[in-house]
Amino acid sequence: MIELKNIVKNYYSGDVETKVIKGIDFKFKKGEFVAIMGPSGSGKSTLMNIIGMLDSPTSGNYLFNKRDISKLDDQELADIRLHSIGFIFQTFNLLKRTTVLRNVELPFIYSKKPKDTCDREELAKKALVKVGLGDKEIWYHLSNQLSGGQMQRVAIARALVNNPDLLLADEPTGNLDSKTGEIVLSTFEKLNKEQKISIVMITHEKEIAEFADRIIHIKDGVITDDYKNTKKRTSNQGLTL
Amino acid sequence: MLVKDLIKETYFALNANKGRSVLTILGIVIGIGSVIAMISIGQGAQSSITESIESNGTNVLIISPGQQQSFGPVRSGQGTADSLSNDDVEAIKELDDIVAVSPEVSSRYQVTSKESNTNASVYGVESDYFVVKEIDSQVGTLISSIHVKNSSKVAVLGSTIAEDLFGEDVNPVGDSVRINNLNFKVIGVIESTGTGFNSSDDSIFVPLSVSQRYFTGNEILSSISLKVNSSELMDQVEVDITNMLLMLHGMSSEEDADFNIGSSTEMIEMASSVTGTLTILLGAIAGISLLVGGIGIMNMMLTSVTERTREIGLRKAIGAKNKEISLQFLIESATLTLIGGVVGIVLGWVISIIITKFFDMNTSVTLYSVVLSFGVSVVIGIVFGYYPARRASKLNPIDALRYE
Repeated sequence: MIELKNIVKNYYSGDVETKVIKGIDFKFKKGEFVAIMGPSGSGKSTLMNIIGMLDSPTSGNYLFNKRDISKLDDQELADIRLHSIGFIFQTFNLLKRTTVLRNVELPFIYSKKPKDTCDREELAKKALVKVGLGDKEIWYHLSNQLSGGQMQRVAIARALVNNPDLLLADEPTGNLDSKTGEIVLSTFEKLNKEQKISIVMITHEKEIAEFADRIIHIKDGVITDDYKNTKKRTSNQGLTL
Repeated sequence: MLVKDLIKETYFALNANKGRSVLTILGIVIGIGSVIAMISIGQGAQSSITESIESNGTNVLIISPGQQQSFGPVRSGQGTADSLSNDDVEAIKELDDIVAVSPEVSSRYQVTSKESNTNASVYGVESDYFVVKEIDSQVGTLISSIHVKNSSKVAVLGSTIAEDLFGEDVNPVGDSVRINNLNFKVIGVIESTGTGFNSSDDSIFVPLSVSQRYFTGNEILSSISLKVNSSELMDQVEVDITNMLLMLHGMSSEEDADFNIGSSTEMIEMASSVTGTLTILLGAIAGISLLVGGIGIMNMMLTSVTERTREIGLRKAIGAKNKEISLQFLIESATLTLIGGVVGIVLGWVISIIITKFFDMNTSVTLYSVVLSFGVSVVIGIVFGYYPARRASKLNPIDALRYE
């Protein structure tokens, strides 16, 4: 599904060149749950932005569902993000003073389907049920009235409504305490297991990475380790943070 | 983006900052309102001037003498030559399509009654003067051909002069006035002709023959007015008179002409160009406030883009295209100006009605000014919204999402 070949990313500020990613090769199959681990400044966020097509590599090839991303223009990239990728951020990025339902329905504005308001609501409610927010009362709450765990699950529901192939989560539990973090992680677990949704999650915490099937370590812009997680945690084991 | 979604998003965005939206709209309301009100004042002035010219007779041609011809470089102004005389009038009367011809001699004299005295324009006229200018008497009679023939020392007063000399609500008919040390019997007062610049209210009329015999002592005329049968014939009659007067005065080409022919239509055109300039000037002054309102829109939109940087980043990450982001901001600013425009038109209209009611000034709100300011307000929304919208659409989503 995703194939990165010798990806390099340099940033320039004036004449100074900073090498953030120094040649990464990485393959990712459909249905996988991968955690990318690394200390801050290791280039993991940049890698995630490249995978999410928010950023383009300085050199190297990126194939997404066998399409060469470097040959696509901004419009086509936006289309792929719209239909195939769901983003989840550390800071949730919900629209303030806006109901939960409207937040989840946001992607429909750009995908233009379904056109009908009721159909949209139906799909949004389904997505909310999937992330464990089946309580009707909560759907009409404003986003800023929710707890952190609820906010992140609303964000996950928003990422799910257009049925993406891939969920990209950047430190999804970074702003949550361990208990609510666990709820979010168990949501990922469930989505991956039951809905076969592929997930790439970035984190710097080992305990959280251990929820994934596969763990990749990045340091100074190169992959230092890539292994199958044999000690896979599940949510009922609890987090010890 | 669907139109439905665009409308909803715009509503939510503007509603989220109600106070700010309302204040920004207010800037446009004041701008558009003052443009509408100012243009209505200009247009009103134009129509009242046109009306006042038309009130002094329609289809009227006025022949005035040309410049004083002299040797050397010194030339006097128009109308100073002694080139028109009674003979010209007799000749013009022979021409076709003319209803009435009115020769005039005018000059200012000190006029005294028993009670008071004043300085007034004294016109030596024939009976046709009142036909050409469409003036009726208020009390008494007007100057008749018999008065002219007999050189009777009679005078017809303008309404203001009658008040000045005899006091308000006093019928002066039968009394006498002294003009240039000659006694004249007042035979009538004309109706008020309004306050326009062609008003005859402060004039005194005496028979032409009297004026020429006792005041000027010659047969020279100040001007000749004439009324043409219909407006279509004006040009033809003007050509006929020109040719005939050139012949009478022994001249071969129009460039040598020692007279000018003007028509009421020309005067209206001239007045229109003056009031047109006035309207533009007033509109331009009001336009400045509209411009300031537009800058207010831009200011608000720029603030809004900055505040919503993260939201824009999120929308882009979700899959919004640059076009869709900029369209959303453009529609927001156009909506602000559209609302401002509509309210402003209503406000301007109300102001012009108030001006008419309380300041006794003629105003007129025309479809043209409404359409113009409506269009201008939308254009302002798009022009001043364009830069903020472009800025929003060009935001890098990664930086935007990290923006604090």
